[in-house]
Amino acid sequence: MAVNASDLPDARGHFGPYGGQYVPETLMALLEDLEAAYREAKRDPEFWAELDRYLCEYVGRPTPLYFAERLTEELGGPKIYLKREDLAHTGAHKINHAMGQILLANRMGKTRIIAETGAGQHGVATATVAAMFGLKCEIYMGVEDMERQALNVFRMRLLGAKVTGVHSGSKTLKDAINEAIRDWVTNVEDTFYIFGSVLGPHPYPMIVRDFQRVIGVETRAQILEREGRLPDVLVACVGGGSNSIGLFHAFLDDADVQMIGVEAGGHGIESGEHAARFNGGDLGVLHGARIYVLQDDDGQIALTHSVSAGLDYSGVGPEHCYLRDMARTTYTYATDEEALSAFELLSHTEGIIPALESSHAIAHVCKLAPEMSREQIVVVNLSGRGDKDVQQAARFMEGVR
Amino acid sequence: MTRIGRRFEDLRKAGRTGFVAYITAGDPDLNTTHQVVLELDRRGVDVLELGVPFSDPLADGPVIQEASQRALAAGATLEGVLSMVAELRVETEIPIVLFTYYNPIHRYGVACFVKRAADVGVDGVLMLDLPPEEGGDYKAQMDEHGLDTIFLMTPTTRDDRMGLIASHTRGFVYYVSRTGVTGERDSLADEIQSKVSAICQYTDMPIAVGFGISTPEHVSEIARYADAVVVGSAIVRRVGEYQNDVDLVSKVGAFVGSLIGPLREGV
Repeated sequence: MAVNASDLPDARGHFGPYGGQYVPETLMALLEDLEAAYREAKRDPEFWAELDRYLCEYVGRPTPLYFAERLTEELGGPKIYLKREDLAHTGAHKINHAMGQILLANRMGKTRIIAETGAGQHGVATATVAAMFGLKCEIYMGVEDMERQALNVFRMRLLGAKVTGVHSGSKTLKDAINEAIRDWVTNVEDTFYIFGSVLGPHPYPMIVRDFQRVIGVETRAQILEREGRLPDVLVACVGGGSNSIGLFHAFLDDADVQMIGVEAGGHGIESGEHAARFNGGDLGVLHGARIYVLQDDDGQIALTHSVSAGLDYSGVGPEHCYLRDMARTTYTYATDEEALSAFELLSHTEGIIPALESSHAIAHVCKLAPEMSREQIVVVNLSGRGDKDVQQAARFMEGVR
Repeated sequence: MTRIGRRFEDLRKAGRTGFVAYITAGDPDLNTTHQVVLELDRRGVDVLELGVPFSDPLADGPVIQEASQRALAAGATLEGVLSMVAELRVETEIPIVLFTYYNPIHRYGVACFVKRAADVGVDGVLMLDLPPEEGGDYKAQMDEHGLDTIFLMTPTTRDDRMGLIASHTRGFVYYVSRTGVTGERDSLADEIQSKVSAICQYTDMPIAVGFGISTPEHVSEIARYADAVVVGSAIVRRVGEYQNDVDLVSKVGAFVGSLIGPLREGV
């Protein structure tokens, strides 16, 4: 089924019943300014020309679409293509929206950049573009994530960013977002918040999506050139949902292309220790938007678990919630163990070490492939590279074996 | 008219500035909160703001964050807070505003919540992360049950929004005196007085000023131009400090008494 993707969100930032602006009053004016600046930039061909130039010369776009021949043979099913976002500068797709947002910050005359980060990839991307433009930068990160992503903490500091550990709550991504919002509410004059996913209050889900859309636009052209037809299935992991919406969005009108988002199944849904919002969550309001949220009966936000810090979050972006209601996308999950097996498999068969986040998408392809024919085509978004994860993976694998 | 409206009417007649106290419900437990409320009533608090603890209080500074964590750890729930208000109403007529984030209410069901709040004797609700634009259904339910909807204005609220917010507000307008999260500050923000005057252009409702007000001196200063003064973190911090003290209730009461003092002198 096709949905008219270009119409969303509506003027108040709603995707059907999802999204919106559920924020303290102090932020309303800031969001209004941000939206006005973005709409003006969006109409300005020079803005896009400048962004394209940086994406090409600095980020290294377009990223390749790679036919994973050995993985395809190994799984014995459809032809598997990998969209190589791991080859973008800084090693993940986060640089796409970081670059777009910092150009917006420059237009607005903001001199200080803040961001939250989970796995550290968004923090690294933000610290990178801030360094590149010579802007002050502060990154909020849960102390638990700082421990499991120590390499990225070092990278951010090397890039000149101040990394502030967040000790409250679960000490992971949701708490880092709380703290970044507290900073933004306080420093309203000079600060631009570079949001790390298709989450948060309007206009962030729209802005981040528009800057990530390049993934699907490129993929569409590349697969048409290579295969002369569109893929049958797109697969991407879903934390907040930025890499998946980036891949999916340009295909929404292609009714025959199936799209699957893969959430973090952690220790399994029954264990209660997971981050699969569409398998155990329900409608709630978190970080400025009405979305699917893992919460308890009293409306307190639940603690999540995933081996991958980038998927370890209680909510999922409003556009995903809407596309799921429209039956345009479907969502499943992969457990920690399945993701780690996929992490190893891709490393062995293709010489590509995927991020633990992206490994969830690969893990689902492993389940999907045997049920598909050799004539079919699957595109997986390899959203990031796994160098940051090797210590975490080694620890986990030793524990299991 | 709710107890809030009547209280502000009394204050106006008496020519006094009101004192609004915020405490986190359930910190350190609901029984203690119950006793603290009665003590604050005895001490002359005009309006009580009862904070509903939430796991992710993104507009709050460390003091209220920690109080919320303590309350949740002690088992406080929205239903527990509402039941406590029902019990309080046997003993006190102090005007009560629930101060809450939206998700617990959303989860409870807005219609169920408003009905239950009205039944137990809540007078008004302040929803921190629900601006008027998203709060149409909530506002309609609250109006139907005769409860006051209190919305915030802040230093970043432009004049064109003041009218919109004023039109959704009942009871009193809460002016957040500084950008930032809740918490004590050494000095007051600039331009509070001019902003309060600007708000007066859009509404006849009483204006309460809060955020960062921590000392009797701050209270005296704000009282010069606001209808009421709100103090939160300075009280909540003391509730935290006296947690294991058998005299928690009277010590918190004495502190609040010292804040109210300047408002009552010469009356």
